[in-house]
Amino acid sequence: MKIRKLIAGAGFLAASLAVAVTPTTQSVAATPDDMLVIANRIDDMVQLDPAEIFEFAGMDLSQNVYDRLVSFDPHDLSKGVVPGLAESWTLGDDGMTYTFTMKSGISFHSGNPVTAYDAEFSLRRAVLLAKTPSFILTQFGFTADNINETIKAVDDKTLVIKTDKKYAPSFVLNCLTAGIAAIVDKKLVMENEKDGDLGHEWLRTNSAGSGAYKLVKWKPGDSYILEAVPGYWRGDAKMKRVVVRHVAESATQRLMLEKGDIDVARNLSAEDVKSVESASGVAIDNDLRGRIMYFSLNQKNPVLAKPKVRQAFKYLADYKGMADSFLKGQYTVHQAFLPLTYLGELKDQPFSLNVEKAKALLAEAGHADGFEVEMIVRNAQERLDIAQSLQNTFAQAGIKLTLSVGTGKQILGRYRDRDFDIYLGAWGPDYPDPQTNADTFSHNPDNRDEAKLTGKLTWRNGWDIPEMTKMTDAAVVELDTAKRAGMYVQIQKDHQATSPFVIMFQKIEQTGRRTNVNDFITGSAVSDVHYWTVTK
Amino acid sequence: MTESTDVTSGQPAVSTGRLSLYLKKIASLFFTVSLTLLGLLLVTFLIGRVMPIDPVLAVVGKRASNEVYEAARLSMGLDKPLYHQFFVYITQVFQGDFGKSLLTSNPVIDDIARVFPATLELATVATLIGVLVGVPMGVYAAASQGSWFDQFVRVFGLFGYSMPVFWIGLIGLLIFYGMLGWVGGPGRLDIFYEDMIPTITGMILIDSLIAGDMTIFWNAVSHIILPSLILGYYSLAYISRMTRSFMLEELASEYVITARVKGMSEQAVLWRHAFRNVLIPLITVIALSYATLLEGSVLTETIFAWPGLGQYITTSLLSADMNAVLGGTVVVGILFVGLNLLSDFLYKIVDPRARQS
Repeated sequence: MKIRKLIAGAGFLAASLAVAVTPTTQSVAATPDDMLVIANRIDDMVQLDPAEIFEFAGMDLSQNVYDRLVSFDPHDLSKGVVPGLAESWTLGDDGMTYTFTMKSGISFHSGNPVTAYDAEFSLRRAVLLAKTPSFILTQFGFTADNINETIKAVDDKTLVIKTDKKYAPSFVLNCLTAGIAAIVDKKLVMENEKDGDLGHEWLRTNSAGSGAYKLVKWKPGDSYILEAVPGYWRGDAKMKRVVVRHVAESATQRLMLEKGDIDVARNLSAEDVKSVESASGVAIDNDLRGRIMYFSLNQKNPVLAKPKVRQAFKYLADYKGMADSFLKGQYTVHQAFLPLTYLGELKDQPFSLNVEKAKALLAEAGHADGFEVEMIVRNAQERLDIAQSLQNTFAQAGIKLTLSVGTGKQILGRYRDRDFDIYLGAWGPDYPDPQTNADTFSHNPDNRDEAKLTGKLTWRNGWDIPEMTKMTDAAVVELDTAKRAGMYVQIQKDHQATSPFVIMFQKIEQTGRRTNVNDFITGSAVSDVHYWTVTK
Repeated sequence: MTESTDVTSGQPAVSTGRLSLYLKKIASLFFTVSLTLLGLLLVTFLIGRVMPIDPVLAVVGKRASNEVYEAARLSMGLDKPLYHQFFVYITQVFQGDFGKSLLTSNPVIDDIARVFPATLELATVATLIGVLVGVPMGVYAAASQGSWFDQFVRVFGLFGYSMPVFWIGLIGLLIFYGMLGWVGGPGRLDIFYEDMIPTITGMILIDSLIAGDMTIFWNAVSHIILPSLILGYYSLAYISRMTRSFMLEELASEYVITARVKGMSEQAVLWRHAFRNVLIPLITVIALSYATLLEGSVLTETIFAWPGLGQYITTSLLSADMNAVLGGTVVVGILFVGLNLLSDFLYKIVDPRARQS
């Protein structure tokens, strides 16, 4: 009897709970006017030290919590580098010595003033900790042994940086806008130093910045909360609180956006974007990101090394067809190796699907009947879709394409070993300067197998380009920024005409937002998301 | 009803004998549990070592120089023989140290303490639903075998078993959250209520009651109700089917026929006689079903943005974060062992024969 009563009682309790819950939930409406709620995939955020952050979600946080010496203007990224914590800078006659003058009256979230000593500490620290993104700074010759001389604060307001040789100032300054160059609060960080770790352990889960927001709480894989800091030097942020919650599933993000429980959904799939576009109160923003999708022809293969064959392949991709169908909204047609919005961008699109022209080129190269060739591709849906489209268009010109599908590790392994005919894949820039892509797409100082320059796509494809390498070397040291941009345009034009790379697409990021949310700037290819610009 | 006298009466000599028997039992139990956990650790450890992922790369990143890579490899003890690595790991585990998670930079034990209450809360509510609805359903289905109700329970159970959870989850969200607005959305709370009450148990339903904040309590209920109903449906499907089959067996027994012949009411036959015997195997079914839910349901947690153990272990596995994977696995192992022990203990309460032996 007791058991029966117990079950009956519990059943009644459950039923009354279900009834009681109904009215409470409907009362929740839109998010408050001074709060920004974002759904995003943030499980790639592994720690918060700017000397180590290199993942998308982490960079977004760093952008809003930390300032750099110089930065981009989020409202006009094409302006190039603008002052950040440094109000001005000069380049010495030697072309290697940069002197930064710090702004006055700026404080960290702790209340400590921001000085040149903090900047010196932050940059030295990034070099000493030698975490993954540190190469962005060490490529200018900074090492653990020389940083005491090469990165030096003269007084509270003056920081002097000396590179190992002349570089284009735009190259150096662009790299100083990267997350690795974030300025941390020296005093606070060193108070939390343990065993000479320069506060790394502490900073992995805490923040010590001067940005528009301070970190309130980070729950790994779940959420993070930022709070606006009053008196921010760029102006008080309108959103007093920003909550970013990890919502992995696109359909879930879409539902929450439609209901108004979130202001911004950052990972909507193409299908969900399509469905949500017509919903009331929701808008979709498109922003270009840095990722480039391409296929490349191994020049160790004598057939693929023929210039006319290389050219033929550029007319055998249905660029528009793919971008308008299965890649709609996710990629746009782009045919140069620098992403649009980068210094030196090239918008020309000389190629489109033209089977007849390709056939004529193949015939001129002595392959009128086509040939058989293998393409290696990673087992990812969008890449497989592209590969199948190429298989179809290649076949129209008599080229029989065999697809070899594998895991990222397998395919990348073969690519790095030069063991392939055609590779289909993507490349993302590491820092916001053209050198990041030029160094890999148009620079190959030693094409021998034993040189093993596996980091360079030119080497992987066995493309020997002494002339273009020289041009790329020249561009990276050109002092005049406009001239430098022109040099990259020229390199990319030559590259388009002669290279074994068939660059097809650039990534678009689609962000869903409530229509009352304005100025949610995702930073294009060169920067990251800005919360302090947002208004409602 | 005479068995209980044996337990309470007894002379000192018998008590001593019983005490040593208990001690023996406890020692053997401890031995079995330790061996099980050790085996579990060994298997997980070996799987972690043979997987084609490089734990050093996960720490230092792909661009690290050879020196940095080598230094990290040495500091992680990966140059030592496998048995040595395992020994070091075991020693740490017995000191309660599962190491640090690569993914979150926190000690694994802290991470688990953070994500497990979310899973525990969800699994407990789901199991309550499964038991409170599934058991009576199974009992009445068996009592009216072949009737429309019985058919309904079987189809309902089958449906619950065969529907993919992500589909039910999304449809449930679409209807009850998106269209009707009856329940809260994904996540454990509305975002405005985040961090408004102190974390004591980590279970928001309980913490909000402790804090006396009924607004947060009801908000948490509105968020947990849909995922727990969906998970509960799965355990309900299993529990009702098992209850039905156990009951059918019991109802065919002679003592049930005797009870009916003696004119006992159907309710009394069902609940007082047959159900009591069904309860014994049912405890195992419920305990296992509960333990399965406590492992965390990755898909449900993903769809409902529920930061639980399942998602934690899966994300860690995909990121080669072996400390976290091993830690999570050990916790799940301990849960299974613990729930098995609990069901053994419950047998003794419901079954006098077990108590006597």
